[in-house]
Amino acid sequence: MKRYSVFAVAREAARYHSGWERAWRNPEPKAKYDVVIIGAGGHGLATAYHLGKRFGVKRVAIVEKGWLGGGNTGRNTTIIRSNYLQDPSAALYEKSRALYETMSQDLNYNVMFSPRGVIMLAQTHHEVRGYQRTAHANALQGVSTEFITPTRVKELVPIINIKGPRYPVLGGLWQARGGTARHDAVAWGYARACSDMGMDVIQQCEVTAIRRKDGKVVGVDTTRGAIDCEKLGIVVAGNSGHVAGLAGFRLPIESVALQALVSEPIKPCMDVVVMANTVHGYMSQSDKGEMVIGGGTDGYNNYTQRGSFHHIEETVRALIETFPMVSRLKMLRQWGGIVDVTGDRSPILSKTPVENVFINCGWGTGGFKATPGSGWAMAELIHKGHGPLTDDFGLNRFREGRFIDESVAAGVAH
Amino acid sequence: MLILTCPVCSVTAEETEFHGGGEAHLTRFGPGASEEEFENYLFMRENPRGVHFERWRHVYGCGKWFHAARCTTTLEVFGTYPAQTLEPPKTLRAQISKKRPGWFWRGFE
Repeated sequence: MKRYSVFAVAREAARYHSGWERAWRNPEPKAKYDVVIIGAGGHGLATAYHLGKRFGVKRVAIVEKGWLGGGNTGRNTTIIRSNYLQDPSAALYEKSRALYETMSQDLNYNVMFSPRGVIMLAQTHHEVRGYQRTAHANALQGVSTEFITPTRVKELVPIINIKGPRYPVLGGLWQARGGTARHDAVAWGYARACSDMGMDVIQQCEVTAIRRKDGKVVGVDTTRGAIDCEKLGIVVAGNSGHVAGLAGFRLPIESVALQALVSEPIKPCMDVVVMANTVHGYMSQSDKGEMVIGGGTDGYNNYTQRGSFHHIEETVRALIETFPMVSRLKMLRQWGGIVDVTGDRSPILSKTPVENVFINCGWGTGGFKATPGSGWAMAELIHKGHGPLTDDFGLNRFREGRFIDESVAAGVAH
Repeated sequence: MLILTCPVCSVTAEETEFHGGGEAHLTRFGPGASEEEFENYLFMRENPRGVHFERWRHVYGCGKWFHAARCTTTLEVFGTYPAQTLEPPKTLRAQISKKRPGWFWRGFE
């Protein structure tokens, strides 16, 4: 792989850009791999990347039924933060946020990580107490956050209306080192690095069966032929329930559509990410100038990847109260993604009832921020069977009552 | 936008008038149940790509609970039926079979 650098740009400029290579190969599946990962989204690719980087496991295939990063990786609102309440979550998300800081250098691929800061608005007294508690918890966890006053919120976000009649801004949980990144680039950068290590990223290859023998996985059948494997990682987000069914076990997960929308591009007006959990809306401005707006989930199981109009109305109605200028914006487009939600709103990174099958799912409405950390931890879980960051996130926590309860803060926006 | 008919008050309305209540026909387990039964009852959920049975409540109408059969990939509503039943009615199951041959959901087909 030729490295990207300022010298490469100069070299290619001198020869009409005729020498750029394809970023990743498009190989045919081989008959056997050490590890097969189902799902070439951010989490699946990051898992493969760290298997190769940290443990030298390079006979790896990542199979994907659609196209690379075409699921929730390319549909989220790209927010990165780690201000969680519970210790296991804070450890995992903070590891992830830290990995984002050096990701562009590590992958030699510009993921446009922008640590512009994230505010979670407190708009009820309940939220004020909740976020103060989170700020104290974060101090103990070594995650840098602070609870800020409405005046400081107004300084950081001049377009905000802190004296809203229904939901005034009473404060905010501020994480200065949070921010955004280009979500497609994260998937592309990992795919390029995986391909460079000799791994096969196989697109348009849907898994149709998971072959087992004596309670152990031996391979998968796909639309592009059978592939044998020693170990299998299932990293398929909204379709986790379906793929787990192929392997013969159930999950404590329900899949729902979560939607987002963007406005027409406007001049720079907001250089931080603002989340308003009480009214179920969050907003940031992309580098193109579009206001990127995330909304709530549909209230029932579905796999439609489109969302619904009345939820857009709910989200926008809430936002124009907090950001009056939004009322004059035209919305450009809207889309939905299928998110896999667990009972305690925390992910599952776990062994499964089938030996050598590992599952990474349940990220619900907030998996993008965790992409590198999830891959880091999942690789260790697949390689060693356990790991310090994943031990608390096992499937058995539901049976044993060891929830990592993040749903107390909000049902959305995690 | 789903359009549902409440079997209690017979009103047909948009989904904003209703509220979803999750998986239908769960068997409650309590004291004396095994850990696995309790885990299944509390946390494990059907999450099918296709035919699904759910509880709904007519919150901005008569306020009553009822059941609905729905497709999770097309959002087609196959029908609604009263809450006072432990399983989907036979006639409804037959109707679904005409539209989705070979469907199954938690032992029903």
